[in-house]
Amino acid sequence: MTVQALLLLTSALFCMGIYGLLARRNAIALLLSAELMINAVTINLVTFSRLAGGVTGQVFAVFTIALTVAEVVVGLAIVILLFRWRREIAVDSANELRH
Amino acid sequence: MTGSLPFFVLGALLLLGAVRVVASRDLVHAVLWLGVVLVLTALMFLLLGAPFLAGIQLLLYTGGVITLMLFGVMLTRRHHEIGVDIDSSRRLPAALASAGLFVAMASAIVRTKLPAWPPSAPIPAIEIGRAFLTDHVVAFEVLSLLLLAAMIGAIVLGRRHDFGDEPEPLYGKGHRS
Repeated sequence: MTVQALLLLTSALFCMGIYGLLARRNAIALLLSAELMINAVTINLVTFSRLAGGVTGQVFAVFTIALTVAEVVVGLAIVILLFRWRREIAVDSANELRH
Repeated sequence: MTGSLPFFVLGALLLLGAVRVVASRDLVHAVLWLGVVLVLTALMFLLLGAPFLAGIQLLLYTGGVITLMLFGVMLTRRHHEIGVDIDSSRRLPAALASAGLFVAMASAIVRTKLPAWPPSAPIPAIEIGRAFLTDHVVAFEVLSLLLLAAMIGAIVLGRRHDFGDEPEPLYGKGHRS
């Protein structure tokens, strides 16, 4: 597989994540789509790390994975808080600041 | 050099899994398909010469994140809501926007002259560990601070403020239906 094919694959994955972010209304489904996008970016990092040689790209990828875990932890805490407050987690139901 | 066939099989499976993640009607199915995508990504890392990353991916994502997500789904779903639509009504504009972005990125990728794969061996974990503790040591420590902050933040956000039957809303009264 050429570099180009791999980059096309990851951009397709990224765009599917964008579709999910735009089309879903359940907060956990939004988190899943964001995971998909971050995953695509991580594959890209590893690809370019392999192209450039050296270890830095993989170190970056480890950082990305750890940051994603932190994001998921805080995001899920917010989702559960939203559920306790509104009894649903559709993101368009939290519209108190919209007047 | 790694052969092409495993790459293409993995790529096709990744695309299939990603479609199921964003198109499944049932949230539990979407989470499980995300797990499939993440495991396939770990295999892709192996093929790209990053065995350490593949291990991290399996441990943190499929071990941690998917479990957390499943707990999140179970905690925030009520029985009569199981068939409820989790998509918004604007699916067509969303599909058009993401397809447009893909066409833009793909045309840029196709027109760029990219080098072929250089021959390279898999990078062992010891090299990555050395890089963490020499060149990137500040970022490494900041990352551990961030993980601690995320943990404390999740505990503070998630704790209950009273121990009665009904949890007190944090910021005013919500509209309970």
